[in-house]
Amino acid sequence: MKSLRLLLPLALGIAVLATWEFLVRHFEVPKFVLPAPSLIATDLVREFPKLMAATWTTLRIVLIAFALAITSGIALAVLFSQSRLVEFALYPYAVILQVTPVVAIAPLIVLWSGYEHIDRALLILAWIVAFFPVLSNTTLGLKSADHNLIELFRLYAASRWQILTRLQLPTALPYLLNAMKISGGLSLIGVIVAEFAAGTGSDTGLGWIIIESGNRLHTETMFAALVILAALGVVIFFALTALEWLLLHRWHESAVRQQA
Amino acid sequence: MTLLRLSGIERTFDNGLQALAGLSLDVAEGAFVSLVGPSGCGKSTALRIVAGLIAPTAGTVAWPHDRPELGFVFQEPTLMPWSDVLTNVRLPLDLQVVARREANARAETALGRVGLGGFARSYPRELSGGMKMRVSIARALAAQPKLLLMDEPFAALDEFTRQALNDDLLKLWAEDGLTVIFVTHSVFESTYLSSRVVVMTPRPGRVAAEIDLPSPRGRHADYRLSGEFAENARQVSGALRSTMEPRA
Repeated sequence: MKSLRLLLPLALGIAVLATWEFLVRHFEVPKFVLPAPSLIATDLVREFPKLMAATWTTLRIVLIAFALAITSGIALAVLFSQSRLVEFALYPYAVILQVTPVVAIAPLIVLWSGYEHIDRALLILAWIVAFFPVLSNTTLGLKSADHNLIELFRLYAASRWQILTRLQLPTALPYLLNAMKISGGLSLIGVIVAEFAAGTGSDTGLGWIIIESGNRLHTETMFAALVILAALGVVIFFALTALEWLLLHRWHESAVRQQA
Repeated sequence: MTLLRLSGIERTFDNGLQALAGLSLDVAEGAFVSLVGPSGCGKSTALRIVAGLIAPTAGTVAWPHDRPELGFVFQEPTLMPWSDVLTNVRLPLDLQVVARREANARAETALGRVGLGGFARSYPRELSGGMKMRVSIARALAAQPKLLLMDEPFAALDEFTRQALNDDLLKLWAEDGLTVIFVTHSVFESTYLSSRVVVMTPRPGRVAAEIDLPSPRGRHADYRLSGEFAENARQVSGALRSTMEPRA
């Protein structure tokens, strides 16, 4: 069963690639419309140094934006849990920031950060996209502490700090980890969207590679960049899933295997 | 010696629901007092008022001597799922910032007393319902309380587990010279455990009858089959029924 779950998608992927290769060759599709998988692979190897440099440029900003989103999201959620007034005052603006399409905000942010510091714009835009799920889920988690446990803490005269660190934060952990899985992917999306919105300037990330290759009709390089982006997204997701398992598997219901 | 005196306790909730209307009760030190009454008669509310978790709307909670150290056992085990059993039991001590070494020793002692000596490193989800409730009792004992408040702690357990926990609870009560206030809706459980049964009226709750029973010290499981037990249970049951009749 387990090997089937690995083999089946793998076999399907190979079949699709083989069909793709065959059809492109058989119908002599121009390579700027649809390059064959073999051509994309060749390009991936030939352009490897350039692609890796671009990957690192993008990934660096993704990681910083992700770290910022987590820390600021947790910090604000903790603040919300401690003061209803702060929550009432700030939450609507957090929602507004979230619901306004990032593509629409991007030109402004790019303008303000200046084309010579495009990475700042990318960072801010990716943070805007990635931050809200962390804030929203962590806030919910902090509020979800077992009511009886709160009473028990109060019975033993626990301080607010003790209730926060020993009860609310552990309760919020599964919520936070779930939010991180969402935000990890969103950080990557945010950076790429921002690169597209910026369109030019000092940026040399994967998004820029795609734009530039598109302009030159180097479709195989566009695909090569896409392959790397997809791989990056998958790696981020699995890394966060592994982290979740590591932290929850001993105690949380979601990680407990069903006993037959 | 009176440990606790409740006089004219009233409690009305924000939604206008009146849970208690003039509850007055003296609890003697070393007593095992059960509060029995129909669902919603304010038993749990009374217990939370004694614990200081909610304030009465009117009336006073008086401790003629000092307010003793309290322990509280909820209807649910109410354990922290992310912590192992030892850490759960140690919670009251950790919150009072007792040194780790001493806290561990006291928590282990408490675990041993409820028969879970080998389970310090287990997680709550690995335990059965009865074992979780034992952990919950051990946690209350770890703080070395003088007064133990219990809110229908065994209601969710099967009959055998409940009887075993009843006997163990009586043993702990006798060994430590505890005072226990035990909320239950079971006539038999209250009759078996208590030195005194307090029957409450339907909501809004107050005391309908107080029944003094022979001390449960050294009680044996055979008592459940004795004629004396049946007679006492009949008495409690009768008092409970008479509070219901005007409405039924």
